[in-house]
Amino acid sequence: MLACALAGPAVLLLFSLFFVPVIAVFVISLTDWQFGAPTFAFVGIANFREVLADEGFRASLLNTIVYVLIVVPGTVILGLAIAVLIESGRSLRALYRALHFLPFMATIAAMAIAWEALLHPTIGLVNQTFLAMGLPTANWLRDEVTALPVLAIIGIWQNLGFAMVLFLAGLKSIPRDLYDAAEIDGADRWLDRLCTVTLPMLNPVSMFVVIVVALRAFEAFDTIKVLTQGGPGHASDVLLYTLYRESFEYLRTGYGASVAVIFLAIVVALTLIQARAMDKRVHYQ
Amino acid sequence: MSNIHLHQITKSFGPTPVLRDVSLVIKDGEFLTLLGPSGCGKSTLLRILAGLEVQDSGSVWIGERPVDGVRPKLRDIAMVFQSYALYPHMTVGANMALPLRMRRLNAWQRLPILGWVVPGTRRVAAEIEAEVSRTAKALDIGHLLSRKPGQLSGGQRQRVAVGRAMVRHPAVFLMDEPLSNLDAKLRVQMRAEIKDLHRRLGVTFVYVTHDQAEAMTLSDRVAVMLEGELIQVAPPQEIYANPDDCRVAEFVGSPKINLLDSVVRERGSVDAVGTRFQLLSDAEPGTALTLGIRPEAFHLSDGGGVNTLTGAVRLIEHMGSDLFVHLDLAGLDHALIVRLTADRAPHIAPGQTLHLSVKPDRVLAFSRDGKRLRAAGPAEMCKVPSLRQFAL
Repeated sequence: MLACALAGPAVLLLFSLFFVPVIAVFVISLTDWQFGAPTFAFVGIANFREVLADEGFRASLLNTIVYVLIVVPGTVILGLAIAVLIESGRSLRALYRALHFLPFMATIAAMAIAWEALLHPTIGLVNQTFLAMGLPTANWLRDEVTALPVLAIIGIWQNLGFAMVLFLAGLKSIPRDLYDAAEIDGADRWLDRLCTVTLPMLNPVSMFVVIVVALRAFEAFDTIKVLTQGGPGHASDVLLYTLYRESFEYLRTGYGASVAVIFLAIVVALTLIQARAMDKRVHYQ
Repeated sequence: MSNIHLHQITKSFGPTPVLRDVSLVIKDGEFLTLLGPSGCGKSTLLRILAGLEVQDSGSVWIGERPVDGVRPKLRDIAMVFQSYALYPHMTVGANMALPLRMRRLNAWQRLPILGWVVPGTRRVAAEIEAEVSRTAKALDIGHLLSRKPGQLSGGQRQRVAVGRAMVRHPAVFLMDEPLSNLDAKLRVQMRAEIKDLHRRLGVTFVYVTHDQAEAMTLSDRVAVMLEGELIQVAPPQEIYANPDDCRVAEFVGSPKINLLDSVVRERGSVDAVGTRFQLLSDAEPGTALTLGIRPEAFHLSDGGGVNTLTGAVRLIEHMGSDLFVHLDLAGLDHALIVRLTADRAPHIAPGQTLHLSVKPDRVLAFSRDGKRLRAAGPAEMCKVPSLRQFAL
């Protein structure tokens, strides 16, 4: 009885804030409800059929995958490189840490405006610099080819600090003895040391970083909303932005809900796969 | 020949001096132990010898060449760490093979799959595997080769660490408190195995420990270090029976040596805690001395006369074959500890008054700054006690 009373509030919150909305989304995805409409009718899987047949949705799904495939390796490799560099240097460590961590802490919508200014086709610093160096310029955010990669680069910039901090923590926890042993065993050049000790010992952290950054990349929204609104055409449309646009701009709530269900399924599947991989591959004790 | 010469090594960490002018010669094939309390600099000295740390001044020679500035892997040494420092992501076999792979295979040949295509890789890899399994068999860990270190017990990990050191036949073994992480029973067993390993391999061992039992049982010579200085380097029996310094006498031996403040009355005799002791020393009358008497140097007597103390039994510790008797003495603020064999002292009870005598040659005299005062002449030679006292 007491146990129920103690667990009660948490269970109630979990239900009202998590399970009920999820169930509601499932139910709505099976209807033709439009936001604000007084009535709705069940239409079965018609929404899903429409979603999957939609060129725009397919483009959005493909864009999301491309975005994740750029952001995750970029963030992990650069984050690791920066962490290793900071850790191997002696001075100004705190400054470098803070500098690289800032983007993660900053309000991304505000930062996006700064990026917009930088990437402005005529007066932006990027194009000015490229021009001065004799490199080709572009209207970065309005060009079908560059819009998505540029957004991905901003995504890397945004997540880099997060990955770096986790890698720094991981590096700190590697026992000094292992490096000593590696040195005596003959693995004393930096590449050997990296392959023999650092990378394997960072494996658990790396796995965690990959999962979290992948999830964050899947959920990319702010920069797209502020900078490109998914355009030009569908060139930088991603799942979460499609979902938002269909639900709250076009008010096609049923359609939006079915995109949400598909999105949820992908995220859950991704998490399960990675959790499984994490259990198997990276358990040292 | 790989004699090791440490010549006037000094080392400071920031403003803190860790090693002060340490010079030591370690003979080829010798088992030398660096013994001292934690923080005395013994591990730092070992790390300097290994090349993991760089001395501020002085030089290290291994064999016929100076190795200052030479990388650890080129010094022909192997090291066993207190934490074992096994690579947790590699199997036991891979852990043991690593030193050989790093030496015999080039960077291309070590590549995961591509390496097999490079000529010669298979042959060398097969040799390495054969050597690893031979070494593993010798250490009785042949059945563990495919396991990860996380799946092994402490003793097994220790053996793997020794195996990784052994597999490439180094001229010098360095061991940094290798037994500290083991439980008491296993420690005694592994102690014997390390001793046996030294006998079989016949190479130089330099062993760091704070455990006097390990130092005494394993070593050919013990180097006692205190506060960054080498105080005495001698065989274990000599360290125990004939210490150069009061601190060595205190550090070695359990229970601790009894120290009594005293003043020389006349040549050859001193007064301490109200008793006159004959002393084999030619200190001038009036000199203040510290007398050191090992607990087992006492024997029961009838009372009276020189070299005899009288005190009341405070408590008795039964150790099986021996008794540790704590005595209250008039004029002594701490208990005098006496070690008596159980069969010779059957009827002792707390509160009882005991008379204890000690032979003059078992009384060690130290000046007030801790230096040992020795008498000239052969009478000084102490009787060497058996090593049984360390086997606890």
